[in-house]
Amino acid sequence: MKLFVGTVLLAALSFGSGAFAQTAPTTLTIGVRSETSSLDPHWTQFPQDKQVEDHIFERLVAMDPNSRPIPALATSWKPINDNTWEFQLRRDVKWHDGKPFTADDVVFTFDRLRAGIAGAPASPAFVLANGNKQIKKVDDHTVHIQTTGPFPTMPEELAFFSIVAAHRAQGVTPSVDFNNGRATIGTGPYRFAEFRPGERVVVERNPDYWGAKPEWDRVVFRPITQDATRLAALMNGDVDIIDYPPTPDLPRLRQQNSGYSVSEIASDRVIYIQFSYRDLEPFVKNLDGSPATVNPLRDVRVRKAMSLAINRDAIRDRIMGGASLPTGNIVPPGFFGYAEQLKPDPFSADEARKLLQQAGFEKGFKITLHGPNNRYINDQAIIEAIAQMWTRVGIQTEVNTMPRNIFFTDVIRGDPMTIPGFDVGKFSVWLSGWGTASGEAVYTVRGLLESFNPEAGSGNANWGRYTNARVDSLSRKARVTLDPAARLPLLVQATEIGLRDYALVPIHFQVNNWAFKATLNHRPRVNERTYAWDVTKR
Amino acid sequence: MSVFILRRVMESVFVILVMTFLVFFGVSVIGSPIDIFAAQECDQRCRAELAQRFGLDRPIWEQYILFLGNALRGELGNSFQHGLPALQVILHRAPATLELAFSAVFIAFAVGVPLGMWAGLRPSAWSSRAIMTLSTVGFSVPTFWIGLIFIMVFALWLGWLPAIGRGQTVSIFGLELSIFTLDGLSHLVLPATTLALFNIALLIRLTRAGVGEVLQSEYVRFARAKGLQPSRILLVHVLKNIMIPVVTVIGIEFGGTIAFAVVTETIFSWPGMGKLLIDAIEVLDRPLIVAYLILVVVLFVTINLIVDILYSVLDPRVRLGGRAR
Amino acid sequence: MSAAAGTSVDIEERPFRQFVRDFTRSPGAVVALVVLTGVLAAAALAPVLSPQNPYDLTQIDILDNLQKPGSESMSGMKFLLGSDGQGRDILSAILYGLRTSLIVGAASVFIALAIGVFVGLVSAYRGGWVDTVIMRIVDLQLSLPPILIALVLLVLLGGGVDKIILALVIVQWSFFARTVRGLALVENNREYMDAARGLRLGGLRVLFSHLLPNCLPTLIVIATVQVASAISLEATLSFLGLGLPPTEPSLGLLIANGFRYMMSGNYWVSVFPGIALLVTIMSINVLGDRLRDVLNPRMAR
Repeated sequence: MKLFVGTVLLAALSFGSGAFAQTAPTTLTIGVRSETSSLDPHWTQFPQDKQVEDHIFERLVAMDPNSRPIPALATSWKPINDNTWEFQLRRDVKWHDGKPFTADDVVFTFDRLRAGIAGAPASPAFVLANGNKQIKKVDDHTVHIQTTGPFPTMPEELAFFSIVAAHRAQGVTPSVDFNNGRATIGTGPYRFAEFRPGERVVVERNPDYWGAKPEWDRVVFRPITQDATRLAALMNGDVDIIDYPPTPDLPRLRQQNSGYSVSEIASDRVIYIQFSYRDLEPFVKNLDGSPATVNPLRDVRVRKAMSLAINRDAIRDRIMGGASLPTGNIVPPGFFGYAEQLKPDPFSADEARKLLQQAGFEKGFKITLHGPNNRYINDQAIIEAIAQMWTRVGIQTEVNTMPRNIFFTDVIRGDPMTIPGFDVGKFSVWLSGWGTASGEAVYTVRGLLESFNPEAGSGNANWGRYTNARVDSLSRKARVTLDPAARLPLLVQATEIGLRDYALVPIHFQVNNWAFKATLNHRPRVNERTYAWDVTKR
Repeated sequence: MSVFILRRVMESVFVILVMTFLVFFGVSVIGSPIDIFAAQECDQRCRAELAQRFGLDRPIWEQYILFLGNALRGELGNSFQHGLPALQVILHRAPATLELAFSAVFIAFAVGVPLGMWAGLRPSAWSSRAIMTLSTVGFSVPTFWIGLIFIMVFALWLGWLPAIGRGQTVSIFGLELSIFTLDGLSHLVLPATTLALFNIALLIRLTRAGVGEVLQSEYVRFARAKGLQPSRILLVHVLKNIMIPVVTVIGIEFGGTIAFAVVTETIFSWPGMGKLLIDAIEVLDRPLIVAYLILVVVLFVTINLIVDILYSVLDPRVRLGGRAR
Repeated sequence: MSAAAGTSVDIEERPFRQFVRDFTRSPGAVVALVVLTGVLAAAALAPVLSPQNPYDLTQIDILDNLQKPGSESMSGMKFLLGSDGQGRDILSAILYGLRTSLIVGAASVFIALAIGVFVGLVSAYRGGWVDTVIMRIVDLQLSLPPILIALVLLVLLGGGVDKIILALVIVQWSFFARTVRGLALVENNREYMDAARGLRLGGLRVLFSHLLPNCLPTLIVIATVQVASAISLEATLSFLGLGLPPTEPSLGLLIANGFRYMMSGNYWVSVFPGIALLVTIMSINVLGDRLRDVLNPRMAR
């Protein structure tokens, strides 16, 4: 018996070390913050799923590191009339199993999405519903996409979902058959190798890739949720590169002789304070603790005072390890529709107190600032710091942070379908974030500044129910203006009006950081995704 | 006898039923999974569709009845994240957790019992006092804190061991286990030791108390008087007699060990059931949370039932936990 | 203990003095008692002792954050143990945090103890279906790991001192209930209980005036140790992001928040609160051990 166990042990040990000995192929191990839940590209919209899927599957339109649309499976596109876009598809692209990629695959993908993915918690089908996109195959390498009206942001929206293989994904069990590899046949630079939920996803080089030759033989994604442990894993050599390195460690990692490098780029995600505009607010109180009979947040002077009271530079230097871009904007610089006139409010406690006095709140009031504690970089620390700053100008601020699963339900509420009694938002002031995922301003102005309107699908994240007729009309017009030159001023104007009215108070754009071994190079991305082709050997 | 068993079984079934109710309603009021899963650009129409797909648009009692009906057929629903049956997802992660917990218990035995015996044999030696102080530290130090310190010291400063994750696994009888590879063992050491600390402290105390008690007993005195070798007395008589309570307590504590694996797994990114639960709570994967909790309830209720029945068979008076801990 | 024979009379006559004498025989326990007294005093006098009120947002400044131990704040205050990520004085934060942790631990144990004693005594005294129902509930709860129950409860209840105390009460009461019931059942069969019943004393009166005093020593021991574990559990929950508001941190929250700064060399943010927590819990545990040895004759051998 003992002998038997010993033999098994020995065999197992030698097996283990045998696998170790093969060091010839180049492997890149990436430590990521969040676990991949599925490899079905139409299953969730989680970035942690997308970034892995993107190695295997491709979209018609891809995004460059600055989130500008670039050709992928489509080589070119143009509107041919007011409600039709024409897409030319790339020729000589092969699926990982050798079959050619054609327009049929694109049509199949549209059909799959429209039919609904059984059990999928968040398929990107809503992209098709938006403008009622209908696809028509013209020939094997041309498709037409029709909408009910002019649709200027077509290329950006088609960058939201991947194309799957008609001959592979037909009739499979969603998610399951993508996780076991059966349907995980894409056109991307890497092929599916292994998926162990919670442990790792492994992809391997696709030697027949149509584009630039992939740098790595194998790429391994390992989820490490704790920030400190993720950094420890990098320093220990367990992984080669990590996303979201803890900000307190950035200065040290940036040093020349640390043995590590840090890449950084201002992201598309703005962190902001949002207000609720009801007549009475549950979390606004008089100084003696009694409920306030007016809502001071409806006074633009109060909102401006709250913005002026925030020392954005201190937040950047003291909390973010220098990695934030203080802003007065909601669309990042360089994106289509960026309003360059909007500058971050300079910190001035005196000015803030003066404004509060003008508004009739010279003694101040009490307020509770809510926010998540595990969603944005240093979210809780930022909230605490803002509470300090507000309290100092007379707005006595309490802090209540919670995990995002509780926070977002309570802040969003307001949906007609939620439990009775939950149909009004719960908080009065909160910190949240928004990423301009499409790379242009229509997306953001519509989601954050336009009035909440379920029929028009606008004001998605306008949880405080801000309304401004001028913003609404400008934004709606921009949404159907095909000519970029005419669209741009509409968007800029809408943004300027909304933010000069302090509809919300932007704090900063997050800066995306990656930390990696000094022997590597990494080209950072605005949209927070980590791709193997952005990492090269130095 | 059979009346007793029947009554206990019915009680257990009732308890499980009550728990499904509590768990289901509890998990359902936490938050809306739609708010987590829906992309920020998913508008109201899109969200309404999601609600409908998950059946979240129906009244909650209707959802519960539906859930109960499925549960009776052994279906606890599919995980939102993975699209697989929730039970299957959990069971798939079970080997990692069990491996961690068993290793922790093994370490606890290997360290705790010898130290406890030493302390029991020489209660007044300074080394014994040091051991006892150590056991107090083991009881006192929070798991998460010591886990992080271990990573700092052994993985970062000394660089002896990997910081996170599970190592190479081999398939043994269809189970993916990592204890049979060198890589796997090196990954296992830190989390298992972290998890073992509490049990080490517990075992030191149990063993010491047991040794003290046994040494006073008639037959050990008799054996001594007969001139048996001390080492033989120790191994055969003392060890044999203290093992029963020690094993019993560790058996009872095993559930707690698995539960505390939640914390250890989170810190060490160990892909077990505990981390699965934490991640499921974070994205409100309701079927997975519900299935996990109900699985735990069923497991423990069943164990309790079996223990009670065995006790009643062995000792009709049903003992009342008289043994001092 | 060999001296026991000679002093057995004293136990009857002067139980307290005997208790003190037994207790002080262990130097470790005396040290623990002194330390714990110090900790309690420090926590009680936190507002007087600490250089700053770390919960008052006007007194802390983000521009003072992560200062080394011994450095000075902009307003000229000395950060004896350094400052944290928000510019809080660590020493003050520890003193206040100690208070929060102790209050959470002690309050939750006390309430749980009260509930447990009542339920356990009733269960033991009444027997029958009352006993069955109560004990099934208790079994069920004991079978579920406390950390798991507390986790789910806090997700449900949300944060705050009151919520975390409630959660800790819910996970602890059943433990006390079962212990009390077990003790009471043993006591129930003793002669004095027969005597009490013979005198036709009322049910409740028997429970509280006769059963309870005899269970008390054991309960004190268990409760002491339980306070330590409650503090530790609260720390763990804070680490998982559930529990107290970040502007009023307990020791556990201080450690958890501070750990982010560990690797970048700002060890003081996490290490000092960690030591404070460890010292507190350890002294309570050592004390509990000694109390058990002294109060519980079965273990005293």
